Formats: sequence, structure tokens, C-alpha cells
Amino acid sequence: MIALLWKDLVIELRTKETLASLFLLGTLLLIVLSFAFDPTHPMREQSAPGVLWVAIIFAGTSAINRSLLRERENDCFAGLLLAPIDRGTIYLAKTVVNLILLLVAEAFLIPLFIFFFNLPFLATVARLALVAPVITLGFAAIGTLFAAISLRTRAREIMLPLLMLPLATPLFLAAVEITRDLMNGASYADVSHWFKLACTFDVVFLVVGWLTFEYAAAE
Amino acid sequence: MQNTIELSDVSRSFGRVRAVDRLNLTIASGTATALMGPNGAGKTTLLKLCATLLAPDSGRIRLAGLDPATDGAAVRTRTAYLGHDSHLYADLTAEENLRFTARLHRLADGHRRIDDALDRIGLRAAARRPVRTFSRGMQQRCALARILLQQPGVLLLDEPATGLDVTARDVLYEIVRELRRNGTTVLVTTHDVSECVAICDSAILLARGRVTWSGAVGPADRATLEERLRSPLASA
Repeated sequence: MIALLWKDLVIELRTKETLASLFLLGTLLLIVLSFAFDPTHPMREQSAPGVLWVAIIFAGTSAINRSLLRERENDCFAGLLLAPIDRGTIYLAKTVVNLILLLVAEAFLIPLFIFFFNLPFLATVARLALVAPVITLGFAAIGTLFAAISLRTRAREIMLPLLMLPLATPLFLAAVEITRDLMNGASYADVSHWFKLACTFDVVFLVVGWLTFEYAAAE
Repeated sequence: MQNTIELSDVSRSFGRVRAVDRLNLTIASGTATALMGPNGAGKTTLLKLCATLLAPDSGRIRLAGLDPATDGAAVRTRTAYLGHDSHLYADLTAEENLRFTARLHRLADGHRRIDDALDRIGLRAAARRPVRTFSRGMQQRCALARILLQQPGVLLLDEPATGLDVTARDVLYEIVRELRRNGTTVLVTTHDVSECVAICDSAILLARGRVTWSGAVGPADRATLEERLRSPLASA
């Protein structure tokens, strides 16, 4: 597991491909979506959580796809499958790397989001500090699994969002609802049912991914 | 025997194409066997089945007494596979790629083995260069170094000399012979009869996923083998 993490992080530090695409695409989406709403309209604040998560999800989907596509060069993915390790470990390592990269990108995108929507900085960061890792873990878990499934398909770039987004709807719904309620002053206890849903999603897809990766990755 | 490869009634299809068709095969431990036949005969599929990269649709495979379906990781500990692709990360150096392999295989003396392998295949000077800057032949040599690290019980080679210059090819043949002396079972796909007689003591001819001929081969059998490969049955 450590060797797999080391390999992916070293390559990312050298190429910066995934982080660069996350930052650029995420920033562009935030700018475009923030301009789409009238700054004086009272509904602008209500739509802010949706804008944040749409930016993260679309930029993140592209980044997760990229992290698996990298393994196609020299058929390195087959090289991983030939390693004398449980193939579920490959899935867990890829998920952890994607989680780390997404969290790093969010640490950059959330302040931008706060700036564009003119929100109180510290209060918003404090509210999102627990939400973001829980949602991002589920996103990385389901994204990595479906990226592996779509890796050997012909239209692989489009297959990941087509396969993943419908199944990830409960997670994204929870993300938007928790963020909106917390920004409106609700306590964590008030949104605990959405938190439970997101945590259950995380656990289910981590276990399913770990158990089925061998078959998902098969030719 | 220790590193025996056994296939019983193994079939594998891709859609409607049956690549391997009810194949029965036993390869004795410590021998080197060439898999030969026309394109599409099922050679690469057979190697991938043995390497656990593919699962059979039906039938049973045993490698070194282990079942890949239930003991996949244990089989992969004893098996090395070198295919058309090098499986090397282009953004890592040769040394880092080898270190990654050593870690995955939990080799206690990884550093020493990496040094020995780099010296052996003549990549010492390029060890700290990213693999992206390597020629195809250098990449194949680096992939060979990975096999040297592993010291496998079963070695599966899919047209291994493709892209190698004469010197590198000689190194490859020498490594195969050395591994055999240490008890490694070698299964190699090739179209080259010279390569077959240079490193193998037996050959299996495949056509449409089935064995059409098998037997011992030596330098004297070169012409016969070429004739068999040209026969209508082999190219059926």
C-alpha cells in the first residue's frame, strides 16, 4: 500500500497533471457559475453550495479519470495487476491518492468560492471543514471504482461520469443539503441524518470497491 | 514438480471469438517451452491466463501447484510476465521503477538486487534517467531487470526479443538460460524459430486455440519446425 501511494504521489509531484487540471477546471467552473447568478439576488446565497459542489464534482471527475488513465501508458495497469498483492489494495491506494489530491484542490477552491460569493471566510471554512472530507471520501471511493471499470472501455472519458453520477446522486444531494443548512446557521446535529447518509455511502463504496476491484479491473 | 504449469480443458473467449479452446497442457518444472503459431492462435491469451491477467471461462489452471483463481497473490509471487509493453512508469527513473517492483514484491535485499540487475543489463549509467527518455530497447532491458529482481519460479515471456538489439537479445537469452539452471520454468511465445531453438528445449504449436503439435526441439530441428509452422494446419 505504501509503495503504491509513494509511486502515485511522486509521479504527481513531478508532473502536476492532476492537480493542475483540478485547479484550472475547478476555478473556471466557479467563475462561470458565479457569473451566472445575479449578485444582488437573494437566492444567490442559496445556490452557492450547489455551485461549489458542481465545480468540485466536474473537476474531480476529470482528475480521477486522469489518475487511472495514467496507468495505460506502457500498460502499467497490467503491471499493477501482476503484483503479488491483493488487488483490493490497488483500489484502496488509488482511492487514498485521489482523496489527497481532491482535498488539496478543495483547500484552494473553497477560499475562491468564498471570495466569489462574498461569504464570511472563517465561518464558512469552519462549517465546511468536516463536510468536505466526508463527501470527498465517498466521491473518491465511487470515482476510483468506476474509473477502473471504464478504463478498458472504448469511450472511457465519457463512461466515468455516465456510470458514476447517477449512482453518486445521494452523496451529492447530501453534500449540497449539509452545506446549505450549515451556511444558514444550522448545527451539525440538525444535519446529522445527511451526515449519516454520506458516511454510509463512504463505507458501502469503499467495501464494494475493495471487494470487486479484481473483477472491475479484469480484461 | 515444483514449478509445473498445468492446464486442463481451459477455454477463454473474447465475445464470439474463442482464443483458447479446451486446451490441455503440462509443462515440466525447469524446462523452457516455446509457444508458436500464427497470429490469433491464442499464444498471448494463454500466457495471460497463466499470469492471472485473464481468468479462464472454463477449465483449470495450476501453476507451481497453486490455483490462480483462489491463490492469485501467491501465484504472482512466483510468476514473472514480460509482454509487449514494459509496464514501466515513464515519469519515474529506471532505478525508481525497480525500487517500486522490489517494494511490491517485498524483497528484503532489494537494494543489492537492484544494483546487480542494473549492472547485469547495462543500464547503470542511465539508472537515474526518467524512463520516458529511454529507447524501446532500453525500456525492454529495464523490464528484464525487473525479472532479474523477482527471480521467479515461472517466467512468462511474450515475444521478448521484439525491439532488442543483438547485444540486449544475447543478454536476454543468457538470463533465460541462467534462470532455467536455477529451476525456473520458462514459457515463451515467439515467431522466431532461431529464438525457439536458442533458448527452448521443447515447442508447442497452436492454431485456433488448440495444440496442433508439441515435442522436443534442438538446433537440428530448425528446418522441421519451420515446415510445421508453414503447414496448412498451423495456419488454419
